[in-house]
Amino acid sequence: MSAEAVKQDDAPAEGSRDWRALLREIAESSALVVVMAVVASMVIGGLLIIFADPDVSDAAGYFFARPMDTFTAAWDAVSSAYTAMFRGSVWNYSADTFAQQFKPLTETLTMATPLIFAGLGLGIGFRAGLFNIGAQGQIIMGAMLGGWVGFAWHLPVGLHLLVAVVASALGGAIWGFIPGILKAKTGAHEVIVTIMLNYVAANLLAFALSQDAFQRPDSDNLQSPIVDTTAQYPLILGSSYRLHLGFLLAIAAAIGVWWLMERSTWGFRFRAVGANPRAARTAGMNVSFGIIAVMTIAGALAGLAGSAQILGTEKSLTTGIAGSFGFDAITVALLGRSRPMGTVFAGILFGAFKASGPTLQVAAGLPVDIVLILQSLIVLFIAAPPLVRFLFRLPTPTNEKVVAA
Amino acid sequence: MKNTMRFGALAAASAIALAACSAAPEDADASASDSASATTSTDYTACMVSDSGGFDDASFNQAGYEGLQTVAADLGLQTNSAESTSEADFEPNITAMVDAGCDLTITVGYLLADATAAAAEANPDVDFAIIDSSYEEPLDNVKGLTYETDQAAFLAGYGAAAATKTGVVATFGGMQIPTVTIFMDGFLAGVNYYNSENGTAVEVLGWDGETGSFTDDFSDTTKGQSVAQGFIDQGADIILPVAGPVGLGAAAAAQEAGDTWIIGVDSDWTLTATDYADIILTSVMKEMGPSVYEVVSEAVDGNFTNENYVGTLENEGVGVSDWADGALDDDTLAALDTIEAGIIDGSISVAVE
Repeated sequence: MSAEAVKQDDAPAEGSRDWRALLREIAESSALVVVMAVVASMVIGGLLIIFADPDVSDAAGYFFARPMDTFTAAWDAVSSAYTAMFRGSVWNYSADTFAQQFKPLTETLTMATPLIFAGLGLGIGFRAGLFNIGAQGQIIMGAMLGGWVGFAWHLPVGLHLLVAVVASALGGAIWGFIPGILKAKTGAHEVIVTIMLNYVAANLLAFALSQDAFQRPDSDNLQSPIVDTTAQYPLILGSSYRLHLGFLLAIAAAIGVWWLMERSTWGFRFRAVGANPRAARTAGMNVSFGIIAVMTIAGALAGLAGSAQILGTEKSLTTGIAGSFGFDAITVALLGRSRPMGTVFAGILFGAFKASGPTLQVAAGLPVDIVLILQSLIVLFIAAPPLVRFLFRLPTPTNEKVVAA
Repeated sequence: MKNTMRFGALAAASAIALAACSAAPEDADASASDSASATTSTDYTACMVSDSGGFDDASFNQAGYEGLQTVAADLGLQTNSAESTSEADFEPNITAMVDAGCDLTITVGYLLADATAAAAEANPDVDFAIIDSSYEEPLDNVKGLTYETDQAAFLAGYGAAAATKTGVVATFGGMQIPTVTIFMDGFLAGVNYYNSENGTAVEVLGWDGETGSFTDDFSDTTKGQSVAQGFIDQGADIILPVAGPVGLGAAAAAQEAGDTWIIGVDSDWTLTATDYADIILTSVMKEMGPSVYEVVSEAVDGNFTNENYVGTLENEGVGVSDWADGALDDDTLAALDTIEAGIIDGSISVAVE
């Protein structure tokens, strides 16, 4: 019996109860479980590094003749990988100047900025029981609209940036509003709609970039003009670092989301809708409005993630402007247990992974895939709290509260 | 049953144990763990940053990377390389190269042009080169590597027009970007040239100089297969797929249909796509590996210039591989030699009219 197919007045379909139960379990797993998931993935990642390392396999060839060689090589491989990770993302102790040593941390925060924005939006959705997979498309739309304002309009300093940022948020908000209203009014499942809208956004971007209006003059490359300097986020630590105002905006957004969800009436309604839409409706709440508002806000935040890319780091629109930030943000939101604070820290952790990629490849000679595997392993462990509890013999939490309110 | 399994397990275990039993290397050799510095004869470091295709893209990233590896092995250079997973990686990857002390960093693809220019301006003492791109306002320490692939594709178009039995040939691209359409332009111009020289009316499907068929994808071979099948259904018997690995899908469709030739791109497909060697009419080669070799070895000798490298028929930066046996008659082969000379001396234009 597919409850999905039956149009229900304005309640989310029965079938999404499993989703909500899963989301709630992930959201309420303890911080210890999250930390342990990271530890477990680092251990398994270490094993992969050992197996992938040519020196180790050379040494393993004569394991019985001189076993210590294998262990030394394995230790070298793992330690060089993890120290490279540290040097690439936190503190480059082997650099000569303080400015150079400090740089990796700023790179981490730069990479974290779009992840925090998009993760915050997704977190709101998760807590309202909406499994929004559409951050990717929302980022693309945000970057497209914000970028267009950035390179096609020419406004005074200050105003230009403001308008471009608002345009980015608007682009994302529209792309969040569509699945929101479809869900609220027709019961269309947000997972399917948002996934499809990701494709629509990606192809819309590719189409736009094939048009002269989005291309550089005298060029047919799929690459927009560079956005005006007046529309770029100012660099907050000077021109030797890439860290831009977008990061501070992301932190401000996190505080805003915290206030919205924990202190405002709207936030209470959103959470009530997530916990039990029927009860929320019985209590006189407008569930449809809640769904639309949540999706629109989530979209606007993802759109701001797009602004961090187009107005912060990339400055020119290409088909790959959104990278995989929209999907990584899902992980970030889950890892941050959908809470603003958690999302900020999870975003910074993921930013660190991303920032360490170049150093891992260049200094440790590791394929970029290892970093991606590490990230994926974390998700895997986060998504299975009982597995982590079993691995580390953690106690099962006592009865979880049903309503997070 | 159980015994068999035990025996199998024992055999496997002893195989592993035996494999681990080889003699340990001499101690003198053990210091070779930092082999990079131990075996090199110069302290020059050449580096490369890929675009999001990665070094295994069976296209320009791979060709450039192989060129770098070859020159590094021949001249005893140190190398560093980093693959980008998305646009967001470009700038950090290039910066990591500069920080790692690279003397020359080669970036692959026009998408890296902005990031390369920024890094070049910030690091005037370090040399850069970029494949498939050049700057309107050249920078002192960046060398652009571009390729006039339309010259070679022109020859392929002429030969294809001579070889077709149905009077219909076809081409399609991965994306409508200049580095792709330049192949299609040359091919179309070559066919037109054949028509005007010989009074024939060979038709080109998939590109008219303005619009054409594109898969919007450089990785999904099934798209190449379906586009090629569409051309074959319309009577095409020679197809030029300008879409990297997607072209292999076109080759699969051609092989299945029979009596259909494929023209390879970038490298000699009789060597790189051996499954389809017998249906490759020729290949339009864009010699990125050799040109990377040339640029790196010049730079090692201290002769780096910011003058752009332009691959042409004349300097063999582009070219066509040997034609399939018996596909063209001797007159056509002779004509192709004449045309090649004409393109080199400028008497024949490869532009689409």
